[in-house]
Amino acid sequence: MKTVRRKPIESPRQVKQSHQKRKTESWLSINLLLHREALSASLRRLLCTPFTSSMAIIVMAIALSLAGSFYVLVNNAQQLVDNLQTGKQFSLFLHEHISDKQAANLAQRIQGYEGVANVVLISKQQALTEFQQYSGFGAALNALESNPLPAVIQVFPTQEITEAYQLTQLLEQTKNEQEVDFAQIDMDWVARLQSIMQIANQLVLFLSGLLAIAVVFITGNTIRLELQTRRDEVVVEKLVGATNIFICLPFLYSGFWFGFIAGCFAWSLITFMLFMLSSPIAQLSMLYQSQFQLHFMNFSESVSLIIGAATLGILGALAIVSHQLKLLKPE
Amino acid sequence: MLTFDHVFKRYTDTGDILTDVSFHLSEGEMAFLTGHSGAGKSTLLKLVAVIERCSRGQILIDGQNICRMHDRQIPFLRRRLGLIFQDYKLLFNRTVFDNVALPLIVAGVGRHEVARRVRAALDKVGLLAKENKFPLTLSGGEQQRIGIARAVVNKPALILADEPTGNLDSQLSAEIMHLFEQFKQVGVTVLIATHDIELVTKLNHRVLQLDHGAFIKYHL
Repeated sequence: MKTVRRKPIESPRQVKQSHQKRKTESWLSINLLLHREALSASLRRLLCTPFTSSMAIIVMAIALSLAGSFYVLVNNAQQLVDNLQTGKQFSLFLHEHISDKQAANLAQRIQGYEGVANVVLISKQQALTEFQQYSGFGAALNALESNPLPAVIQVFPTQEITEAYQLTQLLEQTKNEQEVDFAQIDMDWVARLQSIMQIANQLVLFLSGLLAIAVVFITGNTIRLELQTRRDEVVVEKLVGATNIFICLPFLYSGFWFGFIAGCFAWSLITFMLFMLSSPIAQLSMLYQSQFQLHFMNFSESVSLIIGAATLGILGALAIVSHQLKLLKPE
Repeated sequence: MLTFDHVFKRYTDTGDILTDVSFHLSEGEMAFLTGHSGAGKSTLLKLVAVIERCSRGQILIDGQNICRMHDRQIPFLRRRLGLIFQDYKLLFNRTVFDNVALPLIVAGVGRHEVARRVRAALDKVGLLAKENKFPLTLSGGEQQRIGIARAVVNKPALILADEPTGNLDSQLSAEIMHLFEQFKQVGVTVLIATHDIELVTKLNHRVLQLDHGAFIKYHL
């Protein structure tokens, strides 16, 4: 008798598991296919209408770069103000008749004060040379018979001096030295600057919000035009059984591409602007003997800009497509 | 396969289009839907494809009442139907191949399977050699055959054709009808709306005649 070899029987649970696995796999592969189709379709559409697409992208990029450059500039200014605040030094301007030697003596004395970390003496001659070099009044100064500039002692307090009253105390102490004509501490304008910076920060936030809304609307409008020109296509797709997701996806990807490309473009514009500014600013900061360096967008800021732009693009597309799809019915 | 059970369709502005329509088509049956223009032929087909919803009554496809169907389910129903239109509804910026492939792409069928099934459908309608052409470079009869290939590429159990020969001469019409008869022979249910009485009488199939939205004749 012939025996028939049967396949080992699977338990119902095994059958169910393998069935479920197959179902998930096919669901996944269908979705992957859907996204791949949508991605390539959206890119094709973008390249098919280079003029319309690039117009929209340029407008979006300008809006994004405005927001981005406000942010970067305010950020830089903030850094500058922070630097000013940490440097709590003050300057003692000496009487005109004080000789360099007397000034050096005084500097040494002040160095010995409690709470003084360091002093820097700028002699009359040094002051004149620097002024001639950087101010551009070189020729005018040459015309003067004597050096009109006083010697200056810059006083840098120690780390322990943190409160304003401690600084004022030290200032009063040093000011009482007879060689000192007057002392100058520039804390008030730093505080004022700080509050101006706060206003600027709020303004940037507000403007960025407005510009983000503009980007959403620009994308939405561009996608609306695209949807109108592809009306027939959408209707036919619906008739042959396309789901709403299938119809929406290419438009959402279009929104993504618009945002993404505009974001990259905006990043380049901002970087270019900073690059153009960096050398004049370096010169300016040298004039002020500052260590200030212009900060470009760092990696996370750049990524946020581009991802944010892409998200705004998708949002714009989503808003318009979900609205228009309800109106678009076959026949 | 397809059952209409006391179906009414009323538009708020134009009034009743279909009144109390009942009929049944069994699997593998071919029938003509005739009547003067405005009799409601197109509306009846639209109800089956859920392009319009019926006002009263039931429409059953394979026992499923499509009048109560959720919007989300409509695409999946349409994938089981083959729709053919008088104006072909082709995409002129895509090749013949891509037009026919659309229902498969929409359903998420893999690339190799798409190519295989599209070529089979194009072979069936005799357009295999023209798969890379664009629809506008082809004649009216050929364009309608693209439409038919697109309708059958999904292997639907029910084909609905709205005036498929409306723009074609009698010889081309006969060719198209011959194609439909071939589909019927392999078990597909076919419902063709037409006002071409001459063609209907030549072919011996059931006729559903509409007059102002109601059946007046129901004959073989």
